[in-house]
Amino acid sequence: MALKFPIFMDAQSTTPCDPRVVEAMLPYFTEKFGHPASRNHPFGWEAEAAVDAARGKLARLIGARDPKELVFTSGGTEAINLALKGVAEMYREKGNHIVTTAIEQRAGIDVCKRLERQGYEVTYVPVQPDGLIDVEEIRKAITDKTILISVMFANNEIGTIQDIAAIGKLAKEKGIIFHTDATQALGKTPIDVEAMGIDLLSCTAHLIYGPKGVGALYVRRKGPRVRLAPLFDGGGHERGMRSGTLPVPLCVGFGRAAEIAQESMGAENARIAKLRDRLQDMILASVDEAFLNGRPDRRLAGNLNISFAYVEGESVLMGLNKETALSSGSACTSSTLEPSYVIAALGASAELAHSSIRFSLHRFNTDEEVEYVGQRTIEVIKRLREMSPLYELAKEGIDLKTIKWKAE
Amino acid sequence: MAYSEKVVDHYNNPRNVGSFGKDTPGVGTGLVGAPECGDVMKLQIKVNLETGVIEDAKFKTFGCGSAIASSSLATEWLKGKTVDEAAKIKNTDIVNELKLPPVKIHCSVLAEDAIKAALADYKEKNASAAAPVASK
Repeated sequence: MALKFPIFMDAQSTTPCDPRVVEAMLPYFTEKFGHPASRNHPFGWEAEAAVDAARGKLARLIGARDPKELVFTSGGTEAINLALKGVAEMYREKGNHIVTTAIEQRAGIDVCKRLERQGYEVTYVPVQPDGLIDVEEIRKAITDKTILISVMFANNEIGTIQDIAAIGKLAKEKGIIFHTDATQALGKTPIDVEAMGIDLLSCTAHLIYGPKGVGALYVRRKGPRVRLAPLFDGGGHERGMRSGTLPVPLCVGFGRAAEIAQESMGAENARIAKLRDRLQDMILASVDEAFLNGRPDRRLAGNLNISFAYVEGESVLMGLNKETALSSGSACTSSTLEPSYVIAALGASAELAHSSIRFSLHRFNTDEEVEYVGQRTIEVIKRLREMSPLYELAKEGIDLKTIKWKAE
Repeated sequence: MAYSEKVVDHYNNPRNVGSFGKDTPGVGTGLVGAPECGDVMKLQIKVNLETGVIEDAKFKTFGCGSAIASSSLATEWLKGKTVDEAAKIKNTDIVNELKLPPVKIHCSVLAEDAIKAALADYKEKNASAAAPVASK
């Protein structure tokens, strides 16, 4: 099969809609346009039934007992905001302490920063060099004021899958609400909110081949019944937790995407992991001083994150971006002009954080694409190293740490 | 972010990549930036000791495409200039030539620093040789 450019290997930023998802959504833009809260006519009934069916599919994907435990939101960011701020406000009298980790995605970190400014206390548990959070560190961080533990299911940069069941067990033992940000994990790794002791779970559609603009928050109804202060006031939709007219076509698309993910997860993971492993082997066999980030045996199937010493990430992407879409932890590719805090949290040097490249593969990638991207990456790294003063110094046997750098 | 055509051109066809021996007579070396900041530039000039004219220039850069382009452009501009003329190259000239966006201005600043550092190194190493030229 001929290659089609550009090749997309940035599937942890977003994914294309699966055509089956689009097909399911289409009628809900036109003939089935009703408002799901219109209780007194067939247009409303039809829309409500469609939304509830989608809720059911999502509930099955995460092992929720009752579809009513799922609250639709505008996406993962809103779900995380609702979970963290909702718990913080609702349980303020019980305590003001939150335990989270240093490698949460920006929404998780930034909500916690805001809560700190509002008088809450937050402990950011450090991560081990392999990307895993030590559950004992979470246990040590808990105080009698702790009202929430929030730990991401799988990391957006390094793909590391945390021991969510162990954290859930700890939370149950201590009687603390447990939220997990599963935006990267949903549909990619088995999730069971019951078996894993998850009380709140944030997720989004666009990372599982669904549409952008819709996400969901799972809110446990029994054992314990979790209550949340809403982010906004209005018509009291979604059991009062999220007012606002539901985007029915998007909800339907999310449901269909969840259904496909559930049906195909096993076979698809095996196929994608094989492609990822091929890409990893190719690159690591040809490039010296390339370091794999994150624990290899606890990774999302499509994730590959490598730091290439002596070359800066954005310059790597620039060498490839006409033909291949990847992402980097380099400061130059972030909106904050800081290098990846995730790679830095692993204990790697800041230089290696600037040098990290994330390949994230998806349902539609092919063997030919992997071969091409692997070869081109190797070429670009070699070319950039030829013009890297750091590579030259290292090859001369000079330890870069002994140089007194004159930063601007 | 879309890159300007000139940045892309310098990135794809960098001018004067390489190194001179640091101790070669007439060579001045500037090494600026820091790995943890994501930018390091090494810029070298080779000055004709009799005329004070920069006959050749080379660079190596660890950094983003704009940093590579800024240092590549700097080597082009340095060639043929006297040491004194070279000292007048400003980062804003680089910004204008490469049409760098505000977030990339630091790349041009680093290139100017690299030029200054190379000139200073040359002058230090060739204090006696440079003097007659300067007093001409």
